[in-house]
Amino acid sequence: MRNSIRLFNVILVLTTGLVFVPAGQAEELSRAAMLSASCEGCHGTYGRSPGAIPPIAGKSAEYLRETLEGFRSGEKDSTVMGRHVNGYTEEEIRLIAKYFSKQSEQ
Amino acid sequence: MSRITRRNFVYSVGALGAATSILGWPALGQAKPTGGRVVVIGGGFGGASCAKYLRRLSTDIDVTLVERDSKFMTCPFSNAVLGGLYDMDYITHDYKALSDDYGVKVVHDSAVDVNPDARKVRLAGGSQLPYDRLVVSPGIDLRWDAIEGYDERASKSMPHAWKAGEQTTILRKQLEAMSDGGVVIIAAPPNPFRCPPGPYERASLIAHYLKHNKPRSKILIFDAKPKFSKQPLFEQGWQALYPGMIEWISEEEGGEIDAVDVKAMTVNPTFGEPTHGDVVNVIPPQKAGAIAEVAGLTDDNGWCPIDQRTFESRLQKHVHVIGDAATAAPMPKSGFAASSQGKVCATAIVASLSGQDMPPPSLVNTCYSLVGPDYGISVAAVYRLGDDGIAAVQGAGGVSPKDADAGFRIAESRYAVGWYQSITADIWG
Repeated sequence: MRNSIRLFNVILVLTTGLVFVPAGQAEELSRAAMLSASCEGCHGTYGRSPGAIPPIAGKSAEYLRETLEGFRSGEKDSTVMGRHVNGYTEEEIRLIAKYFSKQSEQ
Repeated sequence: MSRITRRNFVYSVGALGAATSILGWPALGQAKPTGGRVVVIGGGFGGASCAKYLRRLSTDIDVTLVERDSKFMTCPFSNAVLGGLYDMDYITHDYKALSDDYGVKVVHDSAVDVNPDARKVRLAGGSQLPYDRLVVSPGIDLRWDAIEGYDERASKSMPHAWKAGEQTTILRKQLEAMSDGGVVIIAAPPNPFRCPPGPYERASLIAHYLKHNKPRSKILIFDAKPKFSKQPLFEQGWQALYPGMIEWISEEEGGEIDAVDVKAMTVNPTFGEPTHGDVVNVIPPQKAGAIAEVAGLTDDNGWCPIDQRTFESRLQKHVHVIGDAATAAPMPKSGFAASSQGKVCATAIVASLSGQDMPPPSLVNTCYSLVGPDYGISVAAVYRLGDDGIAAVQGAGGVSPKDADAGFRIAESRYAVGWYQSITADIWG
């Protein structure tokens, strides 16, 4: 997000010669953001994990959804994710997957 | 690309106000103006998360974070410092990113009083901070009157090390100075307290240090409780890694301490003989951090009752309490829980200030403990708002499996480190 704002401003500077930042809310108060904030504790802000926990920013929504549902069914091995995923409905998993698919990797 | 901070953006907007108003806001400025002043007291896991997420959700809100220290040392991974796996630098964080990248006004001072009617916080330095919403995230204070002979002065020779920093260093130095064959006593507190698995992770990582440096030494855990967090997993790990080194004395066996003698370096159980330790780590009973009591936010138990949807105090309007100080059971008093609460509280405040509906709260706890450098265990839970407040989602969460193989424990030890890197970056990065 920070980077995208920076990029946005650079483009503006180039095209209009002006720099500004959008005032007000940077992100809407959505169910998706609320649910996804929980993931960011381990997977990093915007899903950009700096360490051993897999980053999830910018992965396709389909991949994220299938991986999470795989943890739920046990088809995919996990340490802690199988315990987490049962806390969410299929609809919530779709919201979370979509949220992180929209974040830039950097 | 040169590093342009949000704060600079704001100044740019000010300078170019006329020009931008001609341009008008593009589609992404669909925002409702929020406005409002939020003061956050305490820059730990709860407060720093809340401040950052307030600014993520709305750059319109003026957020001031009041934190006494310019550096913050985390309790998570302080046990790894005690065990010699990391140094203090590893667990030390600052507020530069919050201030430079997120536009949080960070004030290094102590909040000494709150006037909820005038909606002002008074700082030790004399200034007053007005607020529309106040977030109080003071962590814990230790009950110096709970164990006879154990006061703040005693903690210099019998460290609690339950707030990371100088206390951690004192305890580490004592462990380094102890002779082989010495006895380390850990006195674990009654519920509720900060970091339920903490005393047992501490015993584990001190045992790791002793095993490799002073292998004839022993650890005695005197416990005020009949059982503890992740107990079967810890006991299994101790058996595997440190057989015979750690002895746990439950409350029923006389584990509760009611007095200490600093000169004799003994702890006195409620029944049984005084016991001598070469290093004595007393973790006393706890309560909400001092400012919570001053601000009239605590109940008779010393903790802060809250509306479990918004974290607004049940005792003072427009004041929210998050983290260890709040009564948010069944959530544990953990850094992860505090951070999760900080995010939900930020959402509640932005919703309220901008007249929007708050999405239903979703909270999580994920806590790793290192039994050894290559042996990790975890506990997790997902929480929602039920009819009676915060409730764990049934069928989700739980602890690591007891029958897991070595590969699973190694994986969780790596994820424990990854967890630490992620959560500290999510909060202070």
